[in-house]
Amino acid sequence: MFPLRSIALLLGCGLLAASPLAAEPRAVPRFDEAMTAAQGQTVYFNAWGGDERINAYLDWVGAQMDARHGITLVHVKLSDTADAVARVLAERAAGNLEAGSVDLIWINGENFAAMKEADLLFGPFVPELPNFALVDTERKPTTVIDFTVPTDGLEAPWGMAKFNFIYDSDRISATPANAGELADWAASQPGRFTYPAPPDFMGSTFLKQLLIELTEDADLLQRPVESDDLFAQATAPLWSYLDGLHPHLWRSGQAFPTNGPAQRRLLDDGEVDMALSFHPGEASSLIVAGQLPDSARTFVFPEGTIGNTHFVAIPFNARSPEAAMVVTNFLMSPEAQAEKQNPEIWGDDTVLALDRLSDEARALFEAVPRGVATLAPEALGPVLLEPHPTWMTALEDDWRRRYLR
Amino acid sequence: MQLRRLAASPLALVPTLTLALFLLPIAAGLIGTWLPAFGILPSLGGTGPTLEPWARLLADPALPGAVTATLVSGFGSTLLAFALTVGFAAAAQKTWAYRQATRLLAPLLAVPHAAIAIGIAFLLAPSGFLLRLFSPWATGFELPPDVATTQDRYGIALALALAVKETPFLLLMLLGALGQVQSPQRLATARALGYGPVTAWLKTVLPAVYPQLRLPVYAVLAFSLSVIDMALILGPTAPPTLAVLVFRWFNDPDLALRFVGAAGATLQLLVVVTGIALWRLAEICVARLGRRWIAGGARGGTGGVARGGWSAGIFILLGLGLASLLLMALWSFAGRWRWPEAWPDSLTAATWARQLEPAAETGWTTLLLGLAVAGLALALVLGCLEQEQRSGRRPTRALWLLYLPLLVPQVAFLFGAQVLAILTGLDGSFAALVWSHLLFVLPYVFLALAEPWRRLDSRYLRSARCLGATPLTVFWRVKLPMLLRPVLFAAAVGFAVSVAQYLPTLFAGAGRYSTLTTEAVALSAGAARRVVGVYAFLQALLPLAAFAAAVGIPAWCYRNRRALQ
Repeated sequence: MFPLRSIALLLGCGLLAASPLAAEPRAVPRFDEAMTAAQGQTVYFNAWGGDERINAYLDWVGAQMDARHGITLVHVKLSDTADAVARVLAERAAGNLEAGSVDLIWINGENFAAMKEADLLFGPFVPELPNFALVDTERKPTTVIDFTVPTDGLEAPWGMAKFNFIYDSDRISATPANAGELADWAASQPGRFTYPAPPDFMGSTFLKQLLIELTEDADLLQRPVESDDLFAQATAPLWSYLDGLHPHLWRSGQAFPTNGPAQRRLLDDGEVDMALSFHPGEASSLIVAGQLPDSARTFVFPEGTIGNTHFVAIPFNARSPEAAMVVTNFLMSPEAQAEKQNPEIWGDDTVLALDRLSDEARALFEAVPRGVATLAPEALGPVLLEPHPTWMTALEDDWRRRYLR
Repeated sequence: MQLRRLAASPLALVPTLTLALFLLPIAAGLIGTWLPAFGILPSLGGTGPTLEPWARLLADPALPGAVTATLVSGFGSTLLAFALTVGFAAAAQKTWAYRQATRLLAPLLAVPHAAIAIGIAFLLAPSGFLLRLFSPWATGFELPPDVATTQDRYGIALALALAVKETPFLLLMLLGALGQVQSPQRLATARALGYGPVTAWLKTVLPAVYPQLRLPVYAVLAFSLSVIDMALILGPTAPPTLAVLVFRWFNDPDLALRFVGAAGATLQLLVVVTGIALWRLAEICVARLGRRWIAGGARGGTGGVARGGWSAGIFILLGLGLASLLLMALWSFAGRWRWPEAWPDSLTAATWARQLEPAAETGWTTLLLGLAVAGLALALVLGCLEQEQRSGRRPTRALWLLYLPLLVPQVAFLFGAQVLAILTGLDGSFAALVWSHLLFVLPYVFLALAEPWRRLDSRYLRSARCLGATPLTVFWRVKLPMLLRPVLFAAAVGFAVSVAQYLPTLFAGAGRYSTLTTEAVALSAGAARRVVGVYAFLQALLPLAAFAAAVGIPAWCYRNRRALQ
């Protein structure tokens, strides 16, 4: 049962890779060559489109690219990144090797591992990008290791994420400090907590956060799942925890919100008292946007919460890889990163090392307001590493089998 | 003689061409779905034949719950819409309520399903508008109650929303059909024999009019059993309905799930076929029992209670639809609007100012696509009808196949059709998008135009021919002007259907084209209600504008020709 999905995925990809349709990898141009070729190209940027603020930020990026390099940036709004991965796979199956419909894709973790494994990515192109030198690869190791898988220059770090809880401070005075306290609180306030249904990434992250805390040997999670028995053994505490938690959830655990924003809307509507977030600045940003009550605040578990990096990558058959490289370089620029970090815009943390920036560029970041609900960097707690992607797929499968009936 | 046949031949090809445009993608799509269901899809490493996809499908833990929710919402909504339509027509004929209700039909008919679903979700949710009106002063709820009034396990909220959308359609179809069965004469005869008004209608008009209502009812049933966009918004989540489950499998990065999805899509087709067969069986049983009831001769009462009851039912349903639209419009202008307030703290145009540019771009795509599809559909339908009339034959049975896309669930063949599109390189092109919409638009245009066209008094045409006009002149100078109103109405119907398409836009558009509908559905999952309000409002506005034009243009053109008004 357990590794069926991931094995099938790899098997499917393997068959594709072995088919005669597999092409020679395309050469990566030097960045100055890419700049020249990029003029007039169109980049179809496939990125999750479920958040108005992110969409507005990408519109701003598009306007910059048009003004600076004559590149047309089209945001293809996905409801699930897997849609774009599936599309690239389908194109390869149909023999479309150079004129694919996806030029740039917002990606991390499971989808990156699948695309890398199946040779569906263009590159390594990231070392060619001048702004990559500014990325803090030492203190932010997740910028080059994505869910335990080395990026190998095939995806460019774009933003830092750290799991946190948003809560209504009018309703909750003492926030839970670990999974056990969370369950106690949920039991004392029936119907006031929930989480998005996996495989939504927010819901899956919640499961992984709990697993790291509840399993006996967390180091095991850094390696691929080795057997059904091992998986069952490692996850048994998680399932018994969830079995106990679910009856106290919103709708008694019979229904779940579709994704993170849907749960935030429930918080805003007063149907629940907590929401989950991946961006420490998100709550502040949403208060500004009038989508959360002024009393919204954030908290983390002091023992640490999951942190990771999100990336952009170029599919192997992109029609405009040169322009996609130019766009990617801009996404990593101090200017674009500082804009993104502003909670009034998006509130997504930067991947850059501030001490490597010029004074002028650093001033951009220092001017970014922190926001009323954002925790100070020192209050964010330690970063827990993402488990290997095979754990995530197996968790999602097993969750589905247990609770989706 | 030879010459005449030659001159007529391009027109003679239109029905064949139309059918080919239809049957090709559907047949290819069905086959392209059935083969993977049995493990055959070489490009993904499936060399079958094997029953493994079916084994995995049947072993899936979510399947029983998904099928249950599908059946409850599908049959529930169809029964509700059918009962309300027939009950209302029988009980409220010729009353004030009847005239008012029929006036409300067009707007509700025009509004896309997703817009209605989004509005109803806010209206009925535990933190939604209805409870806000009465909380906390009457209900005592300081916090929204934890009750599943939307996204409930069995899809009851979904069934209600479907009924809101389907009742106007069935009522309109019934109104059209009533004209063809001499209902006033039947009623007069029955009343003269002493039957009460409601009983008279049920005993003399319903049996005559039902055969004409059958196809629309089947279409409603098939649609309700396989709807996706509304189910994503209002349907259950754990597990979702069968159609949504299949849709998710097709979109999974794990290619092996395509095979399970194909099996699921085939099961979806079986569910619909079985559903229609069950309905047919029920028809036969009801007809048997009904014959005895009719022959029994009971006269029935004055029908006062029935009139009040059915009118209330219809108005509640129509009211739900209209209220949901107005609420979404209000949301698009709302400042802070938290539970339990029944009215926003402030009104602002900020959301519109922010969304206007992206929304205008999406709206433009939607408009162009709708116009292209409606225009093409109209040309093909006019060609078919003109050919039918000139050749003097009664409607060919083959044209029944036109209704196939309304009866075959979309998920059952769109996956296969997408493979076809990729193979022919049409994938993601505007042409593929137009074609995929045409499949669903053309039947409605045909349904809307066929009767008025066939009913036009043939003596006008003969007079024109006697005066020396060629068939072509008759078409342009007599038929089209006289039938301008139904022609434009049919085009507006086609436009509205195109605007509402969700799944075909996703499958054929390859993510390159987003319409107001795909945008509204994508946003409805999570984003702020204000933005969703903007898209739902625009999505409703475009078809309404088309209907307004369909009414306004003939009125203006013929402002000085009273008989044509």
